[in-house]
Amino acid sequence: MAELRGRVRIAADRCKGCGLCTIACPEEVLVIDHRTVNLKGYSPAVVAQPSGCLGCGNCALMCPDSVITVERFGKQRRAAHV
Amino acid sequence: MTVVHARSKGLTDRETHYCPGCTHGIVHRLVAEVLVEEGLLNEAIGCAAVGCSILSYNYLNVDMVESAHGRAPAVATGVKRVHPNKPVFTYQGDGDLASIGTAEIVHVAHRGEKITTIFVNNAIYGMTGGQMAPTTLPGQKVTTAPDGRDPAHAGLPLRVAEMIAQVPGAAYVERVSVHNPAAVRKAKKAIRNGFLCQMAGHGFSLIEVLSTCPTGWGLSPIESLKWLEDNMIPYYPLGVLRAPEEA
Repeated sequence: MAELRGRVRIAADRCKGCGLCTIACPEEVLVIDHRTVNLKGYSPAVVAQPSGCLGCGNCALMCPDSVITVERFGKQRRAAHV
Repeated sequence: MTVVHARSKGLTDRETHYCPGCTHGIVHRLVAEVLVEEGLLNEAIGCAAVGCSILSYNYLNVDMVESAHGRAPAVATGVKRVHPNKPVFTYQGDGDLASIGTAEIVHVAHRGEKITTIFVNNAIYGMTGGQMAPTTLPGQKVTTAPDGRDPAHAGLPLRVAEMIAQVPGAAYVERVSVHNPAAVRKAKKAIRNGFLCQMAGHGFSLIEVLSTCPTGWGLSPIESLKWLEDNMIPYYPLGVLRAPEEA
């Protein structure tokens, strides 16, 4: 398994599906899931490729609704995942 | 493991009423993060304006006063004079600050009040349904100018940051944008400088943030960011327009 460098989590119930995170992501980890609808009636962003996350935090910087949490793993934690 | 980004304690748990992709949410978060990081969250007093940001007092986790349309700088002046050691800020949109509140913003700078104004410029009246604002660009289609703003009839857009920068009492004036992650980082730095300038007692600080209105512009949130970059930034150049000499 490849090294996990970061992890992104989205509070899907609060997401308005604007998609600003999807264009901010350099690795195309996030996409809008048009097959689902959340409680607010929007199609939320989902983590399509968790292994690609670099933990850069660009998605969270662009999120207008502050629903994204990003963590970055240090080298020790990365080694544990190999 | 390091948490790179999580919801700021400077924001309340309420969901915003803003349309999907509205960059008001980004600016709210930047203000909240700066207040938390500078240790000002429990001290700060904000003045909300009229417009889409009218409910900002529900979202920012600080004490706030709602002001009459355009009069947030006047209310903030009163608050600051009663509490001279507290950080006081106003959060205003362009329909509020650049049109009905022009007198207040010029004179708060003229008096050199030690407050910070966060001015969100999205070139339209968003809340009332997309009418022409003083900041609407030439040719931009809005509900009150369906063929686009005609400068011969409606004049050219007002560059508020440039106007305030030449007032002697203004200490720090910068125009930033939030159209990509790099711009958001710069915007946060500018908002921090604004508050630091106020706390150092230099005078009035104004941070103009170029923002989007996907609903009012009739574009998708992603197209709106591109439109901002292609159309607004050439007319409203980014950068520091005025700063204290030692800063």
